[in-house]
Amino acid sequence: MTGSVPDRVEETFRAEWSRVVAALVGFCGDLHVAEDAAQEAFAAAARRWPVDGVPDVPRAWLITTARNGAVDLLRRERRHTEKLRALEPPPPEAEDVSDIDDRLELVFLCCHPALAPEARVALTLRAVGGLTTAEIARAFLVSEDTMKRRLTRARTKIRDAGIPFRVPDEALLPERLDTVLAVLYLIFNQGWGDGRADLAAEAIRLVALLDGLLPAQPRVTALHALMLLHDSRRAARMRNGMLVPLAEQDRDRWDSAQLAAGRALLDRAIARGARDPYTLQAAIAELQTEDPVDWVEVRRLYDALLAATGSAVVALNRAVAVAETGGPAAALAIVDGLELGDYRYLHSTRAELLRRLGDRDGARAAYDRALALATTGPERRFLEHRRAGL
Amino acid sequence: MRYALLINELPDAYAGLDDAQLAAITAEYVAIRRDERVLSGERLRPASTATTLRAGGLLTDGPFADTKEVFGGFFLVEAPDLDSALELAARMPAVRLGGSVEIRPLVEL
Repeated sequence: MTGSVPDRVEETFRAEWSRVVAALVGFCGDLHVAEDAAQEAFAAAARRWPVDGVPDVPRAWLITTARNGAVDLLRRERRHTEKLRALEPPPPEAEDVSDIDDRLELVFLCCHPALAPEARVALTLRAVGGLTTAEIARAFLVSEDTMKRRLTRARTKIRDAGIPFRVPDEALLPERLDTVLAVLYLIFNQGWGDGRADLAAEAIRLVALLDGLLPAQPRVTALHALMLLHDSRRAARMRNGMLVPLAEQDRDRWDSAQLAAGRALLDRAIARGARDPYTLQAAIAELQTEDPVDWVEVRRLYDALLAATGSAVVALNRAVAVAETGGPAAALAIVDGLELGDYRYLHSTRAELLRRLGDRDGARAAYDRALALATTGPERRFLEHRRAGL
Repeated sequence: MRYALLINELPDAYAGLDDAQLAAITAEYVAIRRDERVLSGERLRPASTATTLRAGGLLTDGPFADTKEVFGGFFLVEAPDLDSALELAARMPAVRLGGSVEIRPLVEL
């Protein structure tokens, strides 16, 4: 046992929060009560562990404390009397509550497609990730009140609409897993876009958890690989507050351990038959970390990804690989045929292609358009730098 | 839990279907009606037979809202959870025919 007691409480919070919340939803059937009771149990740990010492099995202590708290909470709300009757008498002491693992049920509950997409993200970060409402509000650039209302509305819908606390059966699992993975990838990208390492780290933690809980689903492993491969380049992606394109990144600043872990996961996903869009994206990300980049293979993978998704954004990314293999003119023809309107990367990609073709006026106009749409400082500085270099 | 499955259809959903096709759709609804989770179910006559009342005793010929879809019928079901109700909803021919099913939990008193 190392570290101070407050450190142990913090560590235990990181490790056990989702497990305690999940056990409590399983116990009382109400996410709101479960979260409140779990939070109260961790607060009690912070007060009592420094005095009484850290219990032998912290998880069991937390779940038992939270269960008692939940019974108290429900007792105070008269409308829950029926639920309360179902809960009493309290569970026998002999039961080993530390064996309860309902985290998968909790993930599928928070990511249920009957909830609004932004509510799935917020609930997952709160109930599974343990982030506070204020932290989630900051990450998604909304006020704390707005986020609080969003979470409350979602928890109420879960209760009143009867959204189940259950792992979907085999027939339903593939599509429900799609929703879960989309939520996790969205959290990662939210952190990636503006360089928020904490959200990306949280997404990686969540996907690693899911990967462990669903060992028969190589798609989860593929998304895990994809996140690690991207994240390994984090430190090199920014220089003096300016975005650095992949080709110009200082490879010594890549996280080699994370890169190796990402590669190993990708190999494992492919070996187990994964060929889904996350696997293709991870394979593309992996190829782009090699030197020199095998652009022919990257393009081939983008062909497959485009065929699988039909996404205009994928077509845009594929155009970059076309520029490397077939020249900027061929790529520009593809880009100009895309209906992506005000998508900012359309214009930054056009600008780059026009620059390579020697069309300085066209490139300048495209950089201006991209700059008008840029949302982050590092991106803007990169575009300004490129435009100034014309 | 009890849910209402509210069936909305495109106004011309059945146009161009022959008798055999209509009979097959009816048979699907009858089969759903016989599911043990279904408490009751009713089909409404077409919106053209509707009369709408507003404040002041104002009567209008036709349904309240002039929308793309019209309310065509409902089932009341007793299902363990939303996924179970969704499974029933997914079997409604209206969904396949371009309409939708709204799943609403009932207030339990």
